[in-house]
Amino acid sequence: MQTATASSPAAKTQFIGNKRAQQSRAFDTAFSWATFIASWGTVVLLLWIAVQVGYAALPAVQKYGLGFIIGTQWDPVNDQYGALPLIYGTLVSSALALLMSTPLGVAIAIFLTEDYLPLKLRSVLKFLVELLAAIPSVIYGLWGIYVVIPITTPMGNWLNEHAGWIPLFSTPSSGPGFLPAAFVLAIMILPTIAALSASALRTTPMALKEGAAALGATRWDVILQISLPIAASGIFGAAVLGLGRAMGETMALAMLVGNNNQISASLFAPANTIASLLANSFGEATGLEVAALMYLSFILMMLTLGINAIAELILERTGATVRHL
Amino acid sequence: MKKLFALAIISAFSLCSAGADTITLNSSGATFPAPIYGRWFAEYNKLHPDVRINYQSVGSGQGIKSFTDGLTDFGASDAAMADDEIAKVKDGGVVLLPMTAGSIVLSYNLPGITASVQLPRDVYPAIFLGEIKRWNDPKIVAANPGLTLPDLPITVAYRADGSGTTYNFTNHLAAISPEFKTKVGSGKSVKWPVGVGGKGNEGVASQIKGTPGTIGYVEYGYAQQIKLPMATLQNQAGKFVAPTPDSGSTALSLVALPDNLRAFVTDPAGDGSYPIVTFTWWLCHTQYDAKTKPGVADAIKALAGWCLTDGQKLAPELGYLPLPANVVAKVQAAVGQIK
Repeated sequence: MQTATASSPAAKTQFIGNKRAQQSRAFDTAFSWATFIASWGTVVLLLWIAVQVGYAALPAVQKYGLGFIIGTQWDPVNDQYGALPLIYGTLVSSALALLMSTPLGVAIAIFLTEDYLPLKLRSVLKFLVELLAAIPSVIYGLWGIYVVIPITTPMGNWLNEHAGWIPLFSTPSSGPGFLPAAFVLAIMILPTIAALSASALRTTPMALKEGAAALGATRWDVILQISLPIAASGIFGAAVLGLGRAMGETMALAMLVGNNNQISASLFAPANTIASLLANSFGEATGLEVAALMYLSFILMMLTLGINAIAELILERTGATVRHL
Repeated sequence: MKKLFALAIISAFSLCSAGADTITLNSSGATFPAPIYGRWFAEYNKLHPDVRINYQSVGSGQGIKSFTDGLTDFGASDAAMADDEIAKVKDGGVVLLPMTAGSIVLSYNLPGITASVQLPRDVYPAIFLGEIKRWNDPKIVAANPGLTLPDLPITVAYRADGSGTTYNFTNHLAAISPEFKTKVGSGKSVKWPVGVGGKGNEGVASQIKGTPGTIGYVEYGYAQQIKLPMATLQNQAGKFVAPTPDSGSTALSLVALPDNLRAFVTDPAGDGSYPIVTFTWWLCHTQYDAKTKPGVADAIKALAGWCLTDGQKLAPELGYLPLPANVVAKVQAAVGQIK
């Protein structure tokens, strides 16, 4: 059998096939190793950063413990450090931004996924919205200083004068503060929310929409009762991802938030965020202040990691729901 | 990591300029004198093409760190160097050289007021403590008989980033107001009881320009350059003095410099002295290793010698204070100690 087939075409093919299989097997193995290393490398890198930041924070962790999180003073002169005003500032400015950005982002997403406009025009619009994400944050900061603050300041002073009894308006505006910062942040996270919400809306099966229309539903009914409910958790995930982005934003906030480490209910009061304080203070920090700043970085990292993890979980679950339909 | 990065940058710089007999001096530190240092080093390089000086304005604290770690040939700091910081420097001592000086001014935004507002000694610390809240406060009105001060809330603007300017300004406030000393204290960044923080001189200036009623502290040169109004302050002798190069130099000339040349002029005496002035220092080694760093000691001595004489003439146009002759003589003697 073997001798008879030695020179047959079939054997030849098999021989070449073997060679190719061998080569490609080696390539496959190498490739899979490369991807393995690349993907686990990311994980190792993340852990390494966390460990490094945690290690640098150790002196502050030992000295202040968990009390650091609820301390309200940030006083480098007396080495008194507490993170509460900064955590508060970070969460409130991001939440305000989210509050402004989500309705707008979802509206954009609906507009882009329905056929109000010809497809060409829609792709231009989509491109423009996504372009917002490409503007450097220092430009947003400048825009905030020269355009947003001159609008929010008189508005804040008027509200403080006429409705100062409402805690939200309890201070006059001194320029930078929560409101201008949150407004600019809202625009910065808009592309994230709009793009992800649009992909969630696109997962609505056409059959369902057509079916509803066939049963006499208006476009309004289809959007409100078919598309949005199906995309709801995807939209929620988009919002949470936007929140994570907002919390880590640094430059624009350092320019607009007012950099005052206080807790105030007023929308117009200056405040500070973790990222902004870090950016401002690292250059000249020495000794325990460095450790305290590292502790803050660690807290910020945990906050954003947690929020991103939640968003990913939600987005994954949406995928699952849609596949079931 | 930071160290490695800095080393990489510095060595990249030195490689670029490693000509046959070229000497490259690497330095980093304070941002406040960076404009005049940049000008000095460029002018000096024109006169002596074989000497190249790299200066990175990374801040006083980072400048001290890099100098201590041996990454730079000399450092620069607005707060000189504390004794415990000097103790950390390996191989021998440190020579502190005051090279230039500057004033810190209080700038404000008061629509309709063109004359310089006069602020007494008990008033401006109280403004920065948040105790005087309005521009038409009786104490401010009393000090400015010719002016109609508006009924505006005072917004305080301060430096949000750690800075030598804040260090020197709070040192002054703590020296003239015991209350400020206990409530806030002095440092490169402090816990301001009121106000809005801006990043850098430009951040404070944009806050002042943007919001009527704002008062903030910036460096004289910067305020002059962008034409911010500057307050006239009451000095230790009780006289109201406007910030000018002359009034600043007068204050400096009356300072008794100790042997280590580290003197903070927190509250200068003299009738004509502007009250908030500060030296800014170079940090040099007493001894440079002739084997590993050939020619560095001589290059630094020659450079410092030029900066103290011809270089001082460039100070006024850049908004800095030329060092008084008695100070220059003392610094020159200190330069002679470098080996």
